[in-house]
Amino acid sequence: MNEQQQDKRKVVIELDNVKRYFQVGSETVKALRGVSFKIYEGEFVTIQGTSGSGKSTLLNQLGCLDTPTSGEYYLDGTPVRKMSKNQRAKLRNRKIGFVFQNYNLLAKTTAVENVELPLMYNNKYSAKQRREAAIKALQEVGLGDRLDHKSNQMSGGQMQRVAIARALVNNPAVLLADEATGNLDTRTSFEMLVLFQKLHQEGHTIIFVTHNPEIASFASRNINLRDGKIREDTINPNIKSAAEALAALPKPQDD
Amino acid sequence: MNILNLFKVSINAVANNKMRSFLSMLGIIIGVAAVIIMMSIGQGSKESIRKELSTMGTNLLTIRPGADMRGGVRQDPSAMQTLKMADYQRIIDEKKFVSYVSPEVTSSGQVIFGNNNTNCTMYGESTEYLDIKQWELEEGANFTEEDIRKAAKVCVVGTTIVKELFGEGKENEAIGKNIRFKSIPLRIVGVLESKGYNSWGMDQDNVIIAPYTCVMKRIAAQTYFSSIVCSALTEELTDAAIEELTQILRSNHKLKAEAVDDFTIRSQAEMMETMSSTMDTVTIILVVAAAFSLLVAGIGIMNIMLVSVTERTKEIGLRMAVGATGLVISLQFLIESVLISLTGGLLGVMLGGLVSNFVVPLMGMPSSIPAWSIYVSFAVCTFIGIIFGYIPARKAANMDPIEAIRHE
Ligand SMILES: Nc1ncnc2c1ncn2[C@@H]1O[C@H](COP(=O)(O)OP(=O)(O)OP(=O)(O)O)[C@@H](O)[C@H]1O
Ligand SMILES: [Mg+2]
Repeated sequence: MNEQQQDKRKVVIELDNVKRYFQVGSETVKALRGVSFKIYEGEFVTIQGTSGSGKSTLLNQLGCLDTPTSGEYYLDGTPVRKMSKNQRAKLRNRKIGFVFQNYNLLAKTTAVENVELPLMYNNKYSAKQRREAAIKALQEVGLGDRLDHKSNQMSGGQMQRVAIARALVNNPAVLLADEATGNLDTRTSFEMLVLFQKLHQEGHTIIFVTHNPEIASFASRNINLRDGKIREDTINPNIKSAAEALAALPKPQDD
Repeated sequence: MNILNLFKVSINAVANNKMRSFLSMLGIIIGVAAVIIMMSIGQGSKESIRKELSTMGTNLLTIRPGADMRGGVRQDPSAMQTLKMADYQRIIDEKKFVSYVSPEVTSSGQVIFGNNNTNCTMYGESTEYLDIKQWELEEGANFTEEDIRKAAKVCVVGTTIVKELFGEGKENEAIGKNIRFKSIPLRIVGVLESKGYNSWGMDQDNVIIAPYTCVMKRIAAQTYFSSIVCSALTEELTDAAIEELTQILRSNHKLKAEAVDDFTIRSQAEMMETMSSTMDTVTIILVVAAAFSLLVAGIGIMNIMLVSVTERTKEIGLRMAVGATGLVISLQFLIESVLISLTGGLLGVMLGGLVSNFVVPLMGMPSSIPAWSIYVSFAVCTFIGIIFGYIPARKAANMDPIEAIRHE
């Protein structure tokens, strides 16, 4: 892909020399030391790097959970740095879908209700529309038959699917995942990657923070962080199919 | 998030933790029930005293020796001997607005018949006493003017005396028998109809009424009266009767214009007022004591809510991450604490209602729940929920979503 082709696509995320310093006592921890990049609509980006390199800090910036110490962040064209807490909350609600490592589902709550959660904070949705959107999102992640299962009645993979459905339900500009496969076994991780690839093909923009270098080969672009700076930002020319990788895995033993 | 959704979320949170919610409600339940019970006993006593005093005759007037003591000043004992025979005589001679008059001399002691004895109060009265009190005789007759003149050793007794000395239901046997009060033999000429206990818990049937002349001369050995009881012609004429009695007594006592009365006249209406206000004071004290338990209950709710907020840090972080503002989060917890205290209040009102209606009467106490106490209970519970839910709600709202969501 050349520069010109890229420029024609819509920019979803733009970071302009974003720095994030933390004051710990008298010391300043420089978690991000000036990060700049653009992410276009429909990209599947992995963010990798050693522990402490600033991946989570970066993702918190992208997810509008935090604001840069300096530099500017444009989400879908909107500058975020000067926004109030409440404005950022609204932005997260409308434009961001989060997938966490620990699923973070509400206890004793059904799949549908969990997925409805972001829409509860959006007055434009009626109860009926909320439920319809939640069911649609659950069908998309392959849980159409588990609508009323409670979170504690589901496997890790199912819970993560619910979490992904919850991230999709508000039709976000970007899907952010921090170690979304970190708690899952190999097989389930691949199933999750199949799902992410499917979402990618459907046009979703995905940013996926991971420790696992293998995952990079299933994404369209890889950003590598070191010490709060971008070490490498590469386009993946031949994206591997997660579905094929899953099929190649040794079959689980039934006994 | 709209309010309806917030309520749903809060109801779910309370329902998901039934045991804990119930325990944090318990303080409120007990506190509100206590307040309701106290108020109902207070109100009930007031009503029953009112009823009782009005059946005793609202035109009843009581003259006591000594100046008005409502100020609480101690009086010289000699001041308590101002009501004399001459006063009684003049009232009888000059009364226009007063119908019945009875001087009163009382004495407490033991009354004996055969091997039986009991303690009671002896009332020395005129023949008109029963008319004033509107008491009826069950057996026999009242003593006569002749008995008064002769200071005759006769008496009319209440049913408790009969029961203690002669046995249950022996009213007709008692007539004509001689009982002894402080070694003076008295012949029973009549038995009063039973009136039961009054709301002070006093047995109104544990009385002996004898001619006042007899009690003064033979028993109490005194030349002055403890009081004089009268009745006004009608209830409307009570004030006129008080005025009349005041004039008679002042002129009889030769009081100068500027001197204060050396006697006090109380009407039944005034007595009712005094009783009511005393009951009000007692009720207020009890209710305030019960209300303190509500304060403690509120602190209990705050405690539980703080624990709950800490426990649900991750949930709060998640809600914030998907777009809940601090205000919405704080409302969620505020509604939850109001819900707990209001539900507690509802259960407390029900418990208080049950106890006041079924248990309190079993203990022989009157009760009547004032409707406003229920509304006040609900208002107070809402208030408690907001006040004590505020700190936990604010704690939740001020959480940093990044830290909250990583909280383990
Ligand atoms: N709230 C904070 N206060 C102080 N320092 C912080 C804070 N958050 C992150 N840091 C520091 O910033 C640096 C980057 O942290 P970050 O969590 O982004 O790393 P990471 O790449 O996500 O690591 P890991 O792979 O272990 O999750 C670390 O040195 C960390 O100690
Ligand atoms: Mg991290």
